[in-house]
Amino acid sequence: MTNDGRGRPDDQRVVVTGVGIVAPNAIGARPFVAAVREGRSGIRKIPKLEELGFGCRVAGVPEGVEQLVEKTFPESERIAMNLGHRYACLAALEAWDDAGLDRPQPDSEPDWDSGAVLGTGIGGMDTIGDKVVPLTDAGRVRRLGSTAVEQVMASGISARVSGLLALGNQVTTNSSACSTGTEALLEGAERIRRGGARRMLCGGAEGASHYIWAGFDAMRVMNRASNEAPERASRPMSASAGGFVPGAGAGVLLLESLPSALERGATIHAEVLGGMLNCGGHRGGGSMTAPNPDGVRRCIRGALQDAGVAPTEVDAINGHLTATGADPREVTAWAEALECNGRRLPPITSTKSMVGHCLGAAGAVECVASVLMLRERFVHPSINCEDVHEEIAPHAASIPHAAMSLPDMRVIAKAGFGFGDVNSCIVFGSLEG
Amino acid sequence: MSEAQAEVMDRVVKILSPFAKNEAALASVGPDTGILDDLKVNSARLVDAVLSFEDEFDIEIADEDIDGVNTVGDAVRLIEAKIA
Repeated sequence: MTNDGRGRPDDQRVVVTGVGIVAPNAIGARPFVAAVREGRSGIRKIPKLEELGFGCRVAGVPEGVEQLVEKTFPESERIAMNLGHRYACLAALEAWDDAGLDRPQPDSEPDWDSGAVLGTGIGGMDTIGDKVVPLTDAGRVRRLGSTAVEQVMASGISARVSGLLALGNQVTTNSSACSTGTEALLEGAERIRRGGARRMLCGGAEGASHYIWAGFDAMRVMNRASNEAPERASRPMSASAGGFVPGAGAGVLLLESLPSALERGATIHAEVLGGMLNCGGHRGGGSMTAPNPDGVRRCIRGALQDAGVAPTEVDAINGHLTATGADPREVTAWAEALECNGRRLPPITSTKSMVGHCLGAAGAVECVASVLMLRERFVHPSINCEDVHEEIAPHAASIPHAAMSLPDMRVIAKAGFGFGDVNSCIVFGSLEG
Repeated sequence: MSEAQAEVMDRVVKILSPFAKNEAALASVGPDTGILDDLKVNSARLVDAVLSFEDEFDIEIADEDIDGVNTVGDAVRLIEAKIA
């Protein structure tokens, strides 16, 4: 038996053989990688937010989804698919196709070796706000029909995808706020590593709804200062960052055991070298809404250790970096965890600068970006931070303002942090690395 | 079947069509065609079809009436009685 030189036997190695993406700035991996390479923002004005008097009136909402959904799903399925479901299903199908797997027939045997961990942060709030609450309050419960439950149950997202692809292994939905998407990948990878599945569709989705975003706007954590300049509104690492911009979409990655991928001659985009999940315990500065910095450092260090990657081997970082006051603390945590001590921090970028904060989908969307950057050996720009925050200034040279080619890139680290003081960090490597 | 019944049946079949998983049964649909057994409409979705009947014909269908609807003809007769 061989191993990857990092101590993991081949039958416990997990690779990415498919990716699917529904993002505010592009739908589909090929358009998405082109969009992030050129630093294209998907943030637009949302008239509904203006009408309702939100402080933040811009958001990242995937465009052209309805046409795709009508082409892809029959009416009998569309009536039970809210936006989160639509995004998740489109991304899952793309990842499945990208992996070179055949879509099953309606009467086929379940694929007992394939499962899913597809998470969501908030869930079917559009269904709740548009249907469940008004119809229930009006005494018209029976008008909800049969489709309300499957759209508001948290596991609706993974359940819907399992039906599309006849998944017969574990099918579940995880939820850990804005850490959800990254956590889903680590959970799925772990199952494959244990021999519990050959393939797991992993990622997350979040719908676009003013009901989802209202509470965040009330907390004043969304940017209110850039409503007239939507494409400049998401400003991670910037001195003029004024809060995050809400986003929506889905990212799905098909994780597979290395032997399974090799056996069927699949194209391998990247390897999941390892990762770490933890929680700061709402101590040491951590709370429901703020991370314990020690928890963050431990998470990044633990991920590198699990991956068998030395801090000096990290070639690029795709941070959580939301454009809130947590950005400087996050960059400091990266520098400490990677033991920079004066050595330059690897290139560090924020996909959120272009797509906004996709909440439960954020980690998944950004893991898709990370895998595509690794495959194509570049780091996408982190836009809207020409005025780097003063506390991040010592690392300003590590922030790409245009696409940066990295021909020798072998390892990229991606972190996600969420309300509840939860942390996740995943490390991807090139297979030949 | 009267012309009026045939027209109701056309509208009922149109509503059921998106839910029917058995295309062959749909192609040869008649009053005796079973909605769940033959058309293979998911039993949960029958609830949505009934809501569509209510909208289409501007009627109200009581829950206990739904229990008696097994075939397309049952649905047509129930609707006819309501709109008569």
